[in-house]
Amino acid sequence: MTEEKGSPVGRIHSIETYGTVDGPGVRFVVFFQGCPMRCLYCHNPDTWDPKGGRQADVEELLAQYEKSREYYRNGGLTVTGGEPMMQLEFLTALFEEAGKRGIHTCLDTSGICFREEDPLFMEQMDRLAKATDLVMLDIKHIEDGAHRRLTGHSNSPVLAFARYLDRRGVRMWIRHVVAEGYTTDAESLEALGYFIGGLKMVKALDVLPYHSMGKSKYESLGMAYPLKDLPDLPKERAVRAKEQILKGIRRKRAEG
Amino acid sequence: MRQEWQGFVGGKWEREIDVREFILKNYEPYEGDGSFLAGPTKNTTDLWAQVTELNEKEREAGGVLDMDTRVISTITSHKAAYLDKEKETIVGFQTDKPFKRALQPYGGIRMAVKACKENGYEVDPEIVEFFTTHRKTHNAGVFDAYTPEMRAARSSHIITGLPDAYGRGRIIGDYRRVALYGVDYLIQEKEAQKASTRTIMYSDVIRNREELSEQIRALHELKALAEIYELDISQPASNVQEAIQAVYFGYLAAVKEQNGAAMSLGRTSTFLDIYAARDLKNGVFTEEQIQEFVDHFIMKLRLVKFARTPEYNSLFSGDPTWVTESIGGVGIDGRPLVTKMSFRYLHTLENLGPAPEPNMTVLWSTRLPLNFKRFCAEMSIKTSSIQYENDDLMRVTHGDDYAIACCVSSMRIGKEMQFFGARANLAKCLLYAINGGVDEITKKQVGPKYRPITSEYLDYDEVMEKYHDMMRWLARLYVNTLNIIHYMHDKYCYERLQMALHDKDVKRYFATGIAGLSVVADSLSAIKYAKVKAIRDEDGIVVDYQVEGDFPKYGNNDDRVDDIARDLVHDFMQMIRGNHTYRGGVPTMSILTITSNVVYGKHTGNTPDGRRQGQPLAPGANPMHGRDKNGAVASLSSVAKISFKDAQDGISNTFSIVPSALGKDDQIFVGDLEVELSDGMEAVLTEGSGCEAGSCAIPNLEEGLDRE
Repeated sequence: MTEEKGSPVGRIHSIETYGTVDGPGVRFVVFFQGCPMRCLYCHNPDTWDPKGGRQADVEELLAQYEKSREYYRNGGLTVTGGEPMMQLEFLTALFEEAGKRGIHTCLDTSGICFREEDPLFMEQMDRLAKATDLVMLDIKHIEDGAHRRLTGHSNSPVLAFARYLDRRGVRMWIRHVVAEGYTTDAESLEALGYFIGGLKMVKALDVLPYHSMGKSKYESLGMAYPLKDLPDLPKERAVRAKEQILKGIRRKRAEG
Repeated sequence: MRQEWQGFVGGKWEREIDVREFILKNYEPYEGDGSFLAGPTKNTTDLWAQVTELNEKEREAGGVLDMDTRVISTITSHKAAYLDKEKETIVGFQTDKPFKRALQPYGGIRMAVKACKENGYEVDPEIVEFFTTHRKTHNAGVFDAYTPEMRAARSSHIITGLPDAYGRGRIIGDYRRVALYGVDYLIQEKEAQKASTRTIMYSDVIRNREELSEQIRALHELKALAEIYELDISQPASNVQEAIQAVYFGYLAAVKEQNGAAMSLGRTSTFLDIYAARDLKNGVFTEEQIQEFVDHFIMKLRLVKFARTPEYNSLFSGDPTWVTESIGGVGIDGRPLVTKMSFRYLHTLENLGPAPEPNMTVLWSTRLPLNFKRFCAEMSIKTSSIQYENDDLMRVTHGDDYAIACCVSSMRIGKEMQFFGARANLAKCLLYAINGGVDEITKKQVGPKYRPITSEYLDYDEVMEKYHDMMRWLARLYVNTLNIIHYMHDKYCYERLQMALHDKDVKRYFATGIAGLSVVADSLSAIKYAKVKAIRDEDGIVVDYQVEGDFPKYGNNDDRVDDIARDLVHDFMQMIRGNHTYRGGVPTMSILTITSNVVYGKHTGNTPDGRRQGQPLAPGANPMHGRDKNGAVASLSSVAKISFKDAQDGISNTFSIVPSALGKDDQIFVGDLEVELSDGMEAVLTEGSGCEAGSCAIPNLEEGLDRE
């Protein structure tokens, strides 16, 4: 590993040099290692263990980015995971340095690590927000109980994070995975929309139909797949879910 | 000006053959979109239904519907054939009926017999007798001249896919000349060329005179072919239908004569658009009629068929004809060579449905009109049937009137041709270097008896030194083998008609190729950066390797190994250049094993990178399967380090990607939220869209193009 002195070090799972679905344009996608969430439908369980993956430093990652820079003219750098905000300092250092080099930065997060009550955290958070061009916030569920069942955590930090980003003026895309029986009830989808409708910085809505492609990973890790009988969500269901969310957004906007 | 040319801007092209000048003086670049395009006519739909039915029958019959076993295919060998004479606007088939494959024995009677036999047909014994006893074929000539060393290299597969038993192909006649000038003028020009050959009868002058005579004869036959279809192409075409028909007759004559490994069409769309634009302007034809001509033309190209053996088809994974048509590109004057006809050609993929042939190849440039880029992207998404090649790269070498033969071989139309040259297996060559020329599978001494490596662990410098020696041997043997092949092909299976549609003095590329690049790069990387132990059999021949530790692998944008690959290509190209080539051929090289990598892998033993005997090599310049761990950009970057100058005949990197990985589905991704919201409730909107700097743009393929 080319661990240079002074260059902050973190743990990453892998790199995808041709990312086309994680933010605008063609993107250099870094998968951070470690995640506190245990989403039933997670398709990257190999990124959960914070001690897994490999070490990498800012310099190394950006050097690799620069090597293929021209592919990313209309794209940039996306950090996903895992939960990138588990390595807040490393992430901030990476984005700050990327910003200096004129690289568009995008953070794909669940927002679960957000701790508004912790001033030290917030100090670091403010720096990160400043260095981030776009956040793709994955709201797993709008109802707290359902969120807990789906991920093992309350959604209150997530919603607080969304409001924080909105206040700070950070652009957001909202992502929402739609899995039959878990996130398909019309009421919750509309409620999600209603919440989103109150955020002025939301620029796009990305509805992600559940797919079972993660299954083989569980098998190779010797883990039980929690949703083993759940079929892939058909496209028309995803389109309907989108419509329901939009309905909620419209309702909120209509209220002004 | 000739009456057929009225309305065209004149120039040098009127006085001498210069299709390029005609195009540049007359074409109208089109920057609009595809909204002008016309759908299929009733006749087109009917004809295509007929073709679909025949396709079905052919599939049911096991891949071949009918074969000619009696009539040797020549330009004029068969009577006219039609799908439905009343409905076809562009006519002509290879034999006396659609879907019937022609008998073409000049490349090699054995191959022709085998192709028939394995499809359940028997060639007339008299024909077999004739081509065995009385008239020699290309194949027979080659084997008369091969040395024992060449035969050994051939059967051990260190040199593979040699065109020594069938037509070499890869030559593109300038079929546009038939339309622009008419055959009579072309004959007149060739007569003049013949009259001006040098006068002392050295063997090359004699050959030249004989070839020109053959070319003239072929042109007369081309005229006769049109007459069989009750048409006259002796004079220039006077409208777009005649022009398309003339181009097609030129091409048809070529495929009636030659069963070549690739029989490409050239670059005809923008040329033909000049006729279409004139006809539209003068009210001669409507857009619908013109599209119909194009649809019927493309339909005919889809029905080009050759008699081939199952082995041949397995080598190429299918039954390809490589009717490659090059579309678009940019002129050296900076104007894009995109016309409405470029759209019409691609539009056939919709009017007739997707198809692999003709192999529509878009010559891509960053300077192509945006609307055309979008149209291409859209058609690619819909049909997955378009090939793209880098015009910005090739224009530098070949100017703006080149075309692609087969999948990537570029040449100036009518001015350059190619001697097609198969592949040398560099992976196997490495094993020969380690084993002192002994084949790792047959254990025979195939290569020279150089000193083998005797140490337990492989030393990088020692291996490289020996490898270079073995590569030098291979390059020499390979080029000499090809020299024999092309000498004999010229002698016994000369492309009379295609060469009649070339200038008198052509530049000949001497194409070579390599297979196994990534295996060798990774093997050498393993030897350099990890420890590789040689495992020998009882006779001391290395038959396996044990790799201890990790090593950089080609395909991850890692210079440590990518440089090895790049140098390898450069070094081998230099070694090729160091040999004498037949007819002054200019050596080029390709890294293009596309699908035949599977067959090559079968005949290559265990390699020091950990690959097992029999496992496929990676196709073309691809990284080995699964070893590129950082996604497509890193993988492509590794490949992109190979210099075009060292592999001018093409570098291929085959990669497939699921459509959803190319961008978001716009039905479920809402990129412009405000617009989407307004669909349902216009009155609700309170603020602007707020989408600046593209940061919330929909990341899909088409949109990506807008900002290139």
